[in-house]
Amino acid sequence: MNELVTPRPQPVEEPRAARQGLRVLVVEALGPLTVLGGCVWAFAQPYRVTFFYPEGKDLWDWLVQPPLLVMVVGLVFALVVAPGVVEDLERPAEDAQG
Amino acid sequence: MPRAETAHWLFAAGFLFLGLVLLAEAIVGPSVFRLRPWRACLWPSLALFAGLWLWVITIFSTFSTLHLLAHALWAQAATAAGAIQLAVVRQRLTSPYWSLVTSGALFVSGVSFLVHEQNGWLFARSAFLHHLIGWMLVVSAVFPLGAAFRPRRAVWAFGFAATWLALAVMLFADRDIAPIFGHLSDLAGGTP
Repeated sequence: MNELVTPRPQPVEEPRAARQGLRVLVVEALGPLTVLGGCVWAFAQPYRVTFFYPEGKDLWDWLVQPPLLVMVVGLVFALVVAPGVVEDLERPAEDAQG
Repeated sequence: MPRAETAHWLFAAGFLFLGLVLLAEAIVGPSVFRLRPWRACLWPSLALFAGLWLWVITIFSTFSTLHLLAHALWAQAATAAGAIQLAVVRQRLTSPYWSLVTSGALFVSGVSFLVHEQNGWLFARSAFLHHLIGWMLVVSAVFPLGAAFRPRRAVWAFGFAATWLALAVMLFADRDIAPIFGHLSDLAGGTP
């Protein structure tokens, strides 16, 4: 041991756990942020939501409303994809602790 | 029949979902993301699904030969990339060089966007988006290209995910007739 080689100030697991925690947070946030983006878009451009301006709109205008599509995509991701990803991401840490 | 912009918004929603899936995979890494087989097959299946719908649009998009050819080319590119990646995630194909197929599909799709747009950037919003999407796809071909030669670097996965998120935003911005930065050609069928 010399002045260049010193004891590690903290265990290796701490930054690894912090990185994993950040990943969990980001994956969990993707869906809600997308839904929020759709909400902000709907308020910024209400004319793109047929519910707000229903006059003279056809069936496709009612079926396909871009800000609502963004919200639906965010919801599907948050409810279908993200929970399993987070569960799988946390599993090795739990196994290691157990 | 839906308007062209309606079909583009539906594809934008699909690409937004694809982008989120790829971004999640880039964040947690393929080793975690592909623990569940259905999740591993998600993006190749979405590419195949997009290819299938692009074939449907090719059949019904008969208003111009150029558009018909462009949609047919995108359909082929999506189908080929999806099928190859499905074989990769199912470990029927193991070489990282199969990512070159995805790279080629992006490049050819981008060139197709650029070639089939006959008007300048500021002709109308749709023309602007054709140029922007075309160049973005051509440049984005570098991400799967990099993944073929340096598969362990995360930057390729993040770049690939960002490509689909950007494509979704651009397609959501598309309108059949709309100005771009205050410009709209009289020949586009509207007034600025």
